[in-house]
Amino acid sequence: MDWVNGIVQGVLVGGLFALFATGLSLIFGVMKIVNIAHGDLIVAAAYLAFTIIQLSGLHPVTSLVIVIPIATAAGYLLQTTILNRMLGKDILPPLLVTFGLSIIIQNVLLEIYSADSRRLRAGLIETGSFPLAPGIDIGYLPLMTFLAAVIVVAALQFVFYRTELGRAFRAVSDDPEASQLMGLDNRRIYGFAMALCLAVVAIAGIFLATRANFDPFMGPSRLIFGFEAVIIGGLGNLWGTLAGGVILGVAQAIGAQIDPGWQLLAGHVAFLVILAIRPQGLFPKGTS
Amino acid sequence: MMHEVTRATTTSRIALLGAVVLAIVLAAAPYWGSTANLRLLGEIMVYLALASLWNLLAGFSGLVSIGQQAYVGFGGYVLFTICIALGWNPLYAIPIAGLAAAPISVLVALLVFRLNGAYFAIGTWVVAEVFRLGFAQMSSLGGGSGLSLPINVMREMASTKAEREALIYWAALALGTGSVAIVYALLRSRIGLALTAIRDSEIASSSLGVPIRSIKLFVYVAVAAATSMIGALIFMQKLRIAPNAAFSVTDWTAFVIFMVVIGGIGTIEGPIVGTLLYFLLRQFLADFGSIYLIILGGLAIVTMMVAPKGIWGFFVSRSGISLFPVGYRVKLQDEVRVRRWKGERACRTQ
Repeated sequence: MDWVNGIVQGVLVGGLFALFATGLSLIFGVMKIVNIAHGDLIVAAAYLAFTIIQLSGLHPVTSLVIVIPIATAAGYLLQTTILNRMLGKDILPPLLVTFGLSIIIQNVLLEIYSADSRRLRAGLIETGSFPLAPGIDIGYLPLMTFLAAVIVVAALQFVFYRTELGRAFRAVSDDPEASQLMGLDNRRIYGFAMALCLAVVAIAGIFLATRANFDPFMGPSRLIFGFEAVIIGGLGNLWGTLAGGVILGVAQAIGAQIDPGWQLLAGHVAFLVILAIRPQGLFPKGTS
Repeated sequence: MMHEVTRATTTSRIALLGAVVLAIVLAAAPYWGSTANLRLLGEIMVYLALASLWNLLAGFSGLVSIGQQAYVGFGGYVLFTICIALGWNPLYAIPIAGLAAAPISVLVALLVFRLNGAYFAIGTWVVAEVFRLGFAQMSSLGGGSGLSLPINVMREMASTKAEREALIYWAALALGTGSVAIVYALLRSRIGLALTAIRDSEIASSSLGVPIRSIKLFVYVAVAAATSMIGALIFMQKLRIAPNAAFSVTDWTAFVIFMVVIGGIGTIEGPIVGTLLYFLLRQFLADFGSIYLIILGGLAIVTMMVAPKGIWGFFVSRSGISLFPVGYRVKLQDEVRVRRWKGERACRTQ
């Protein structure tokens, strides 16, 4: 039963990995860049929520009402002031700039909040659970995280394929020059994409911070988990990314059952195995 | 019209001469420098080597890796394995680390080369994490808490501390200057020509028969092997190893990237300028710890925004000076031209 329970919990954690991944996937889809600072932005959002909760006494989930708008505005500004200037044929500048940003965010958080690990307290949601079967308890928080991931993916899917903004995203992604000729302001569209990405980052940050302790240096490994979920699921497929997150979560859970030291390693190994045998991912674009 | 195609300029000949003189002065450092000086110079050489190699990878070959700490740490662990399990002279570990890393890096390349440009970067990082977590699982190598080099093993190298310090320093000097020299020689060879062609247009160069994949694989493996050799040396200097320090992305990749970007990515001189600037700034800012990293990161971002070819690239675009020329230049010979013109006129008047 330990094993079944471990795998069920792994599936639910997969929701969190999918939340890390969708923002990454969105940005790569729209402007073909990889934001190395993605994980650090998630951690920064967690610290922002931490401060807001300290000041206002809000519940972590309701603090999203404040955290999401701030994150969205920050995303738009980040894109329009810095990243837009780095876009072009060469992949080097955006990669190196976001790498620099990653190191800066980590150390600024360290200066402000110190290296102590923190946690958002969410009361009943955090500790409560209900039994699914004998020996398998589903926690409210992991379940909410998973549902949040499903809702985020569904919402992004809707935005991408059913709205005017989504059409603009697809247009600048397919052919930035033609879309500009059709009257789109690519730079603003990129700004909106990053704003949307940071809204997801804010949600991911809150769930990350409620689930476990966080500190200024845990961003890079969140980036890696998100990246692995994207590649396992297949580039450009958001539902695939959710599946990728679940596979990563289950692989880590299985690893942890074998030996606690194997938890992270098992996730990375699962990723490398899929990269070796199916480099396009399990559900590449076009199959969904 | 007569012309001459040359690589060397007067400046580059003076630079080469200066480099040779500097190398001789540096080689004599154990006779004129204090222990502290030797250690600082040794550390500069280590970073000079790492920066030059990363620049070859990212700046010249388009392989932006954030996972070179995998090979630094691997080299370090090769050193500890050889010293503790076999009791050999630690210096032997340097070439052995290179030889051991090469086949492993081929396997790694088979995986990470499946990821395109930007995702390649994170893929290499995952591999470095796998190395870190893997070595942390090996209890014979100290597991997560690491281990120290016993002094009797270090005595294999030389009996006195001063001799050991000098030997480690010379090894660092050889790897530092050697890395710059090898990168320079490689870029002047056919491989350098192929890399330039690939950088300018992958499609055009592949249609002209440039074997893109094997060239990139060769560079990746060569850099991995050299990085492992440096790793073995680094942990000979430190005498202690643990997975988190051995595979630290900040120490072995972030600092290196900042040096190269600020100095000038894609230029041979850039990593040298960047390394020197890094150590200069560190003398003033080391006490600030995380503030130093924030400043370096900020400088790197500003460099990318205003002068993507870094300090050296900016200097070259203003002055036209190149200390280590890789390309060719055409020089018209005025004297020859005048003589010939006079000759033609003489013919016509006859």
